[in-house]
Amino acid sequence: MIDIFELYKNMERNNIILSFKGAITSELLSSVLQIMESKMDDLDESLKTRRKVFNVLVECLQNLYHHIDDFKIEGSPEEVAKLKSAVFMISRNEGYYNVVTGNFLLSENVPKLTDRITTINSFDREELKEYYKSVLNNGEMSAKGGGGLGFIDIAKKSGEKLDYSFSTVDDTYSFFTLIVKIEQQ
Amino acid sequence: MDNLTIEGSAKTPTVEFKAEGKLLIKGRSIPENSIEFYKPLLDWIGNYGGAPKGDTEVNIQLEYFNTSSSKCILDVFKKLETLSGTNVTINWYYEEDDEDMLEAGEDYQAIIDIPFKMIEVEEL
Repeated sequence: MIDIFELYKNMERNNIILSFKGAITSELLSSVLQIMESKMDDLDESLKTRRKVFNVLVECLQNLYHHIDDFKIEGSPEEVAKLKSAVFMISRNEGYYNVVTGNFLLSENVPKLTDRITTINSFDREELKEYYKSVLNNGEMSAKGGGGLGFIDIAKKSGEKLDYSFSTVDDTYSFFTLIVKIEQQ
Repeated sequence: MDNLTIEGSAKTPTVEFKAEGKLLIKGRSIPENSIEFYKPLLDWIGNYGGAPKGDTEVNIQLEYFNTSSSKCILDVFKKLETLSGTNVTINWYYEEDDEDMLEAGEDYQAIIDIPFKMIEVEEL
């Protein structure tokens, strides 16, 4: 049996403001954004910090939301629900916010995603700005309206390198973790 | 020609496109599906292009927009670029010290061949 008090203490120790595991829906995102806005208001965060955290959060959570449709899953309803669920966590530590997301993806897509993030991480601020502009102007828009700008925007707004990792789940799936740090201003 | 009015919501902006040549997008644009939201805006501009006013003033007063909207906003500007027989100007509003929003406006300015005015305000 899970010890909920342990879980609580763990969250408290890690300064977690909010965490969620499950299916990512549009309504959930609305609620989370609303909660975070009033939380940052309560904490008297500067307008600058609020804007940055809000922007990064929108992109990170919408990444999770759109990603759900990226792969077809065969299996029992339980298996489908498991692979379609994601996790995220927002914490506030000394001097910075952390937005952490985790989701399943097909292992065959790991190299492509690694490439994309490595490219973004190799750029300095100016290069990132130019890259954003070129993808905005030339990039193909996906049916969902993504178009590959999400990670670039997250890196640009956070002003930090994207911290990420992959864990192998089984022959087909991997688990992708993304950690975005946003300095308080 | 009818005006286009869309009331804003937590994730979508207020839209007021007036046939007299004043176009406003104001608020937040962070819908999951922005293509759907922006389609009527593009259609309206297309129709307006049939008989535009001598001057077309576009006011963009966005507090937040997501990357999915950023492509659609570019499409709106590209559609405005195709209008002939009218002088289009775009006023890009941003809150003081919101460098990201100013930068976003400058990105569009660099891509789009329409005069932009960057307008700093205390609060949007």
